[in-house]
Amino acid sequence: MKKVINVPEQVVEEMLQGMVLAHSQYVKRVDGFEVLVRAKKPGAGKVALVSGGGSGHEPSHAGFVGRGMLDGAVAGAVFTSPTPDQVYEAVKAVDNGKGVLLIIKNYSGDVMNFEMAIEMANADGITVDKVIVNDDVAVENSTWTIGRRGIAGTVLVHKIAGAKAEAGAELEEVKRIADKVIHNVRSMGMALDSCTVPAAGKPSFVLEENEIEIGMGIHGEPGTHREVLRTADEITDHLVDKILADMPLAVGQEVAVLINGLGATPLMELYIVNRKVAALLKEKGLHIAKTYVGNYMTSLEMAGFSISILKLDSELKELLLAPADTPALVQF
Amino acid sequence: MSGELYEVISAVGETIIGNRQMLTDLDAAIGDGDHGINMARGFEAVKAKLQTLETESDIGKVLKTVGMTLISSVGGAAGPLYGTAFLRAAVPSQGKTELDVETIGLMLEAAIAGIKERGKATTGEKTMLDALVPAYEAFQDGAKTGKSVIECLELACEAAQQGVEFTKTIIATKGRASYLGERSRGHQDPGATSSYIMLKALLEHLRRQ
Repeated sequence: MKKVINVPEQVVEEMLQGMVLAHSQYVKRVDGFEVLVRAKKPGAGKVALVSGGGSGHEPSHAGFVGRGMLDGAVAGAVFTSPTPDQVYEAVKAVDNGKGVLLIIKNYSGDVMNFEMAIEMANADGITVDKVIVNDDVAVENSTWTIGRRGIAGTVLVHKIAGAKAEAGAELEEVKRIADKVIHNVRSMGMALDSCTVPAAGKPSFVLEENEIEIGMGIHGEPGTHREVLRTADEITDHLVDKILADMPLAVGQEVAVLINGLGATPLMELYIVNRKVAALLKEKGLHIAKTYVGNYMTSLEMAGFSISILKLDSELKELLLAPADTPALVQF
Repeated sequence: MSGELYEVISAVGETIIGNRQMLTDLDAAIGDGDHGINMARGFEAVKAKLQTLETESDIGKVLKTVGMTLISSVGGAAGPLYGTAFLRAAVPSQGKTELDVETIGLMLEAAIAGIKERGKATTGEKTMLDALVPAYEAFQDGAKTGKSVIECLELACEAAQQGVEFTKTIIATKGRASYLGERSRGHQDPGATSSYIMLKALLEHLRRQ
């Protein structure tokens, strides 16, 4: 294992310290917990948004704490859901009396830990609700799942639900919008190469020199199948096909696109993918209202990418284009 | 806490810590490769916490502390599941300073009910329940025929081990391994394995007494 770390046990702690030092105008630490919240708590009357999950997906989720997006983020151990007490602390820290919405990626561990935190917060009289993001279409044909995985589409939930909350909407409304994004977003990814969890010390899986994994999850969990490396255009074609097969879109439909790097993919390659995605969508008569290209939901140093497509309506479009000011996403 | 209770929990914890790599490797094959790491971190936290309970002899209270510690230190799916299991097992053992066959049976039953509830799972889904449920049933069979704690646990361990073997033959339908569908067949479940080695550690410790 070759990594720029000190000791595996300290990676999350030291990362959080570094983040707060780098982005002190945006975030601060809840003392004693792996929780970052906005440096300046919004005034009363704003529903608070909290997300979180295992670490290793940076800038998700703490990178999206700031105006127009999240109020707090909880960082678990690498690829491991945070524990209920951590989530509970985040909820307590951000609650403004108007309720808290938890944005959870659909993994059984995450759901269980966040649900236990909701029980703890409810016992304190704090109103907490949740949405569960399940945008990954890779496993759509499996009847053996507990549902789909939550991957990069989660960032679009942060963006849009965050804008709604910032506009002063009630918890119920913010949740409705978040659920609408979840309903309208689909993603799928692929990996060229594995990643190494620091505490494990060796790669989560091994791919041959010329082999890629389609439908890869963001925790190094194996995807749907392996195949021989093809061109960027061919791979992109396959992923877009899978996404649109799951969510047929009418000619003239407006969409947003997120080309997400998994950690070790050069921006050059992400742009090459984006070029093909744009061409494919144009061919189908779809209009791209907004494109994001970059590392939004990574998987440590995994090489690969995911494509997310979000079906827009006027409400979602307006909220997507609304301003955001966070360490990892600034938009005017 | 009584010396023996401390030793039993330590023995179970040390076994988990000692099998950190094996559990992690099993998880890497079908999950996200952190089961051993997370469980070891949890039992390291339990070890530290036990030091503060030296004078506690109530088994229920100690198990409750173990459960709370696992919930706040393990994370993932294993944290809430094992944490809940220990919290539930703490109920029938509340106020007890020694365990008999009947109480252990009740503890296993309560722990399994807790795991089923928290994980919304049942047997045959390639989870820890595939080790624990047969173990509980074998334990109760032994109890009915008047066997001792050690004899009942021997039956339970044997059944748990068979349960682990059984998980190799089925497809995961719960947890991260479920995303693999058919590709999860052939691999043994890490959660069932950790349940089995905890039971086995308990048995081996009691045998040494």
